[in-house]
Amino acid sequence: MGGFFDIPSDLQASWWGLIGLHLEEALVPVLFGLLIALPLAQLCARFRWLYPPMLGITTVLYALPSLAFIVLLINWTGLSTTTVEIPLTIYSLVVLIPAIVDGVRSVPEETHAAATAMGFGPIRRYIQVELPIAVPAIFAGLRVATVSSISLVSVGALIGNEGGLGNLLSDALHYHRPILAWNSVLTTAVLAILIDGLLVLLRRLLTPWAVR
Amino acid sequence: MILIDAVTKRYPDGTTAVDRLTLEIPDGSITVLVGPSGCGKTTTLRMINRMIEPTEGRITLDGADIREQPVNSLRRTMGYVIQHAGLFPHRTIVENIATVPRLLGWDRREARTRALELMERVGLDRSLAKRYPYQLSGGQQQRVGVARALAADPPVMLMDEPFSAVDPIVRKGLQDELIRIQGELGKTIVFVTHDIDEAIKIGDMVAVLREGGKLAQYAPPAELLSAPADGFVEDFLGLDRGIRRLSFFTAAGLELNTVPIVAVDSTAEQLAARTVPQTPYLLVTDTEGRPLGWADAKQRAAGSEALIPFGHSFTAGRDSLRAALDSAVLSPTGWAVAVDENGRAVGVAAQETIAAAIRTAHLEQQATGSASGVADAAPVDA
Amino acid sequence: MNLFHYANVFFSDNANWSGADGIPTRLWEHVQYTLMALGIAGVIGLPLGLVTGHTGRGGNALALVATAARALPSFGLLVLLTVLMGLGLTPVMVPLVALAVPPMLVTTYEAIRSVDRSLVDAARGMGMGPLRVMFQVELPVALPLILSGIRSSAVQIVSTATIAAYVSFGGLGRYIVDGLYQVDYNKVVGGAVLVAALAVVTLGVFWVAGRVLVSPGVRRQQR
Repeated sequence: MGGFFDIPSDLQASWWGLIGLHLEEALVPVLFGLLIALPLAQLCARFRWLYPPMLGITTVLYALPSLAFIVLLINWTGLSTTTVEIPLTIYSLVVLIPAIVDGVRSVPEETHAAATAMGFGPIRRYIQVELPIAVPAIFAGLRVATVSSISLVSVGALIGNEGGLGNLLSDALHYHRPILAWNSVLTTAVLAILIDGLLVLLRRLLTPWAVR
Repeated sequence: MILIDAVTKRYPDGTTAVDRLTLEIPDGSITVLVGPSGCGKTTTLRMINRMIEPTEGRITLDGADIREQPVNSLRRTMGYVIQHAGLFPHRTIVENIATVPRLLGWDRREARTRALELMERVGLDRSLAKRYPYQLSGGQQQRVGVARALAADPPVMLMDEPFSAVDPIVRKGLQDELIRIQGELGKTIVFVTHDIDEAIKIGDMVAVLREGGKLAQYAPPAELLSAPADGFVEDFLGLDRGIRRLSFFTAAGLELNTVPIVAVDSTAEQLAARTVPQTPYLLVTDTEGRPLGWADAKQRAAGSEALIPFGHSFTAGRDSLRAALDSAVLSPTGWAVAVDENGRAVGVAAQETIAAAIRTAHLEQQATGSASGVADAAPVDA
Repeated sequence: MNLFHYANVFFSDNANWSGADGIPTRLWEHVQYTLMALGIAGVIGLPLGLVTGHTGRGGNALALVATAARALPSFGLLVLLTVLMGLGLTPVMVPLVALAVPPMLVTTYEAIRSVDRSLVDAARGMGMGPLRVMFQVELPVALPLILSGIRSSAVQIVSTATIAAYVSFGGLGRYIVDGLYQVDYNKVVGGAVLVAALAVVTLGVFWVAGRVLVSPGVRRQQR
């Protein structure tokens, strides 16, 4: 039957290979999500009327089942990692936009005024004052987005072997080897917790001034 | 009577918030705990309703240890007012005020009637009853806070810096209102503040605490001003305690000069007859006798209608020497204007006359050991 | 060929509106799974969040539990439990509950913690016991945030309950999974639209609940 780390050959990858694939599929969307969310959130923080409709749209997108999303994308992007990564990017946006907006709004009015009074221009003020202060809130969002993304990738297994560690699941069913399902679930969970821990460390490094 | 008996509060980290404090808080009066931050005044207050338990010592209420009764029933007999009022945002004003009566099991209608009655008592319009706290100004919210504390007619009121978050004008109104309500209800009030002026204005007794929770002085306000126990209390009272102390001396005995007062339509002869050697000025009043301003006697005789503003007047027989002195200092002529209750000028007094009255008051106080002409410890005006 | 076309084909087919595989049946199944999972998650998450928030203790442990629950892959969990236990409702419910508990737990905790301490101080000072403080002060004031936590759990359950179809259960996921295997995009799009619509209705239900349950005195403070 094989042990915990005996990966069926039809997956064409080692355990480590699956982890690498899984991480790539989970983290690339978060990164893209962050890059898109930063300017969008800044717009929402600047033009307050934009925020409620933005929240509405993202919430509805979030409600779309990942399964359906992925299946529909096959039409355009085929059976590829991109098909899995696009929905995940959108889910990240949903978590990240409110987190960043809250973060930027959490910058005290006095700090904002003081920075302006000292002659910071809007862009310099954003990069040197607002963003650093918003970092803890952004990281809170980033953690949720990353952990969810890692746990969602497995769904990709449904459209062929595009689910990273999730690919073990279909084999667990096919060959009736529960150990493979255990491997998939546990490895994914541990991976998520580890990455979450790394993000916490990174935040502490970035914001030594923050109150723990 | 509340007796705080050798009470100490030490925290696990070793800081001593209150250090062997003993205070007798008399019934039916306002006792103010005042001091800089970290002096343990709030801790002391919160030990009275057992929000904080003392490390050592005990507190008794009318002879019984406060630990004898269940903590929540003890708290329901003590009104509690805090900074920013702490109103429940999800309840209407009338529901907020009815909180303790409802806790005590009053029925809804009874509690509501009582709440409406209290709104009037603290000077809130009944039309605000159905509003929510966010719809009220800070001063109004604080009035609701006082009404809520009074709702179950508790014998004791604990007030923790209740007025420090509102602006000075509103604060003065709230203080006056508290003094008025206290005059009607005669509660035993323990009031915490960091503002010595507030303490002197509203306190019947003032306990000055210093850092580390030690009692520096416990005395009526007039005594505090006249005989501060030590350098700390003196510093805390500030530089103008001499002036402030004049609040406790009535101006009733002040000798008023009634001669240099003329009506606006006086003839040249009348002006000449009213001019006194001590000053070249005459106080001009309207035909009702209300002061309009000062005029130079010679210029007015020559037909000038120019008036010099008189600053502000003081009410003879009611105000203190402090008000009289202030009136004289503000007046360009150096003379204070005294008016009666109806605002009609009844006399004027020179700075020198007031200074003499102050000296007399001080001498009298030294002789009798109490502030002259003031029966109780409250300031004449504030 | 666009999404509207697929949806149009799906919804205009009369066969899709009746029978065991009809929209009303599938919708009702989906609603049932959702309510059940939400109910179980609520029984676990709400009291726990309320108590930890009230006492202020266990915040760190709570964050850990929430992260661990979030880290569990729903789909993986479903397959694992099915392999272990065979087909049944438990393998479907466990992942959904694990998904729904963290948002409820964490927001309830945060909501109670964010209640102005001076309110709690005033309530205690007036002689309210811990239960009264919790139910008459903290809960009503924190309610808007708590509802938002439950709302986000509910929306996630609605969207994720589709995976039940992968292990032969019903619900709206049936259209998506069957559509995938039959390469019938009409079904996939139709299912997705129905799930999204149900999510929007869910948002609406919570909006109404907020109007009814939250005092106007605190509703104003909502964003």
